[in-house]
Amino acid sequence: MIKREWIYGWLLLLPAMVFLFAFTHIPAITTLINSFYSTPRGRRPAKFLGVDNYERMLADPVFWKVLWNNLWFAIGTIPVSVGLAILMALWVNDRLAGRGFVRMAYFTPTVLPLIAVANIWLFFYTPGFGLFDQITGFLFGWSASNYLGNPETALNAVIVVTVWKEAGFFMIFYLAALQAIPVSLKEAAQIEGAGRWIIFWRITFPLLMPTTLFVSVNAVINSFRLVDHIFILTDGGPDNASSLLLFYIYETAFRFWETGYAATLTVALLVLLSLLAIGQFFFFDRKVHYK
Amino acid sequence: MNSMGQTFDRFLNTLAAWALALIWILPLAYAVWTAIHPAAYEARFELFAPLTYDNFVKAWEAAPFARYFLNTFILVTMILACQFFLCTLAAYAFARFEFPGRNVLFALVLLQLLVMPDILIVENYKTMRLLDLVDTIPAIALPYVASGFGIFLLRQTFKTIPKELDEAARIEGSSFLGVLWRVYIPLAKPTYLAYGLVSVSHHWNNFLWPLIVTNSVETRPVTVGLSVFSAIDSGIEWSVINAATLITSGPLLIAFLLFQRQFVQSFMRAGIK
Repeated sequence: MIKREWIYGWLLLLPAMVFLFAFTHIPAITTLINSFYSTPRGRRPAKFLGVDNYERMLADPVFWKVLWNNLWFAIGTIPVSVGLAILMALWVNDRLAGRGFVRMAYFTPTVLPLIAVANIWLFFYTPGFGLFDQITGFLFGWSASNYLGNPETALNAVIVVTVWKEAGFFMIFYLAALQAIPVSLKEAAQIEGAGRWIIFWRITFPLLMPTTLFVSVNAVINSFRLVDHIFILTDGGPDNASSLLLFYIYETAFRFWETGYAATLTVALLVLLSLLAIGQFFFFDRKVHYK
Repeated sequence: MNSMGQTFDRFLNTLAAWALALIWILPLAYAVWTAIHPAAYEARFELFAPLTYDNFVKAWEAAPFARYFLNTFILVTMILACQFFLCTLAAYAFARFEFPGRNVLFALVLLQLLVMPDILIVENYKTMRLLDLVDTIPAIALPYVASGFGIFLLRQTFKTIPKELDEAARIEGSSFLGVLWRVYIPLAKPTYLAYGLVSVSHHWNNFLWPLIVTNSVETRPVTVGLSVFSAIDSGIEWSVINAATLITSGPLLIAFLLFQRQFVQSFMRAGIK
């Protein structure tokens, strides 16, 4: 028999579920279906291709390039921004002269639009009279370098901007976690004669593990989601040197209008994200203590 | 460790913290510097360079920023209102009702934290075309209104509210929606504030989806407007672009500086689950 409570529960959920299914779950499924079809053009409808799109993807050098770029982007951004976030949180949590200003400085990039800050960084990277060249020229007498126009450095330049944008955001979560650690633990360790370094590695860091799990899952998702600044800084170039998977999906779908192939690329991105999320969960599962 | 060593240690830490803070604030400081000085000083740093607000005037006149602001304002208000409504009802169901399929549905909600609308741009664009909504503000908002994060956050908060309060209100004759309105929502106010700030700053700054789904001045939010403005290769001066950059991030930045404590605490609250 259907109970009254059931109906209330279902009715309360209904509006949210309609939108959730319409814009998340159903699109995810149609992405998978469309990845097996050709792109419909004009009056010609989509044709079933089987795994042709997937074969094309595996043979597509640009796909492999943006995939490697994306992995390099993740490796370049995640550990550095998480490490910096812990350092920032430790500093700001301490009794520090001018703590208010320091905390504001760290956190400010979080509230600025990525697309807007990309404009500022674009100028920093400008060959010749950009800030970087001025500093390296003044200090070391280096000649002008085109950080964004050089395939060797373009992606790294994008990584620097991302780390700058993300670290302060992650800091907040560590700050919350640090404030939840009982002072008595630290005091007990100090009585035992433990120095700052030992206290950090033996007490603070293990207790921050749940936060690290949360932050790094977020960081992984972000490393596949943050592409706004690429539009301004490099537009994926030169020669796709700084293009990421989502940016390539955007290009394929909305510049070349190949939505069938773009669906296939989206499936690859979704599979990758799921694998990474599951992998991270197991990797950290053994290391998260005191939950 | 002796006290000399400790003082030295503290000094080094303070120094490093400040050095990093100065590096972190540098881009913003630089943008402010160029925006309030004539173009001739955009790479020359003199303490007494003449001040000007011309750059802001030029930027404001060069692109319909007033309209962009209005669009962004409508957009974030629309998203926030819908999110509050949908997420509150769903969170209430998950927190206090027993019904078949609850766990499966909750798992589906959490799935959205991984499979975000940001990634499903191709299919969502097709949906908008089907609904004939391309190039409208609701089209930017719709994929985000049922937020998995919001549902999760509110559910966690609702679960901490003692059942006795709920039952007391029911005995006094409140219906289940009355209880939600009189007990749960007032007690969850800090969570609403926290989630609201996170949501507004997220959607104010969002770029990729609005870029795809809008193509006219009447619908573009400020982020897309700014990118259109700065992408024109007509030799716009850096100082003007930086003024425009500050204009677009201005309201959020000012709000942040004024309510810094609430902002930081809100983000903290949203992060602790």
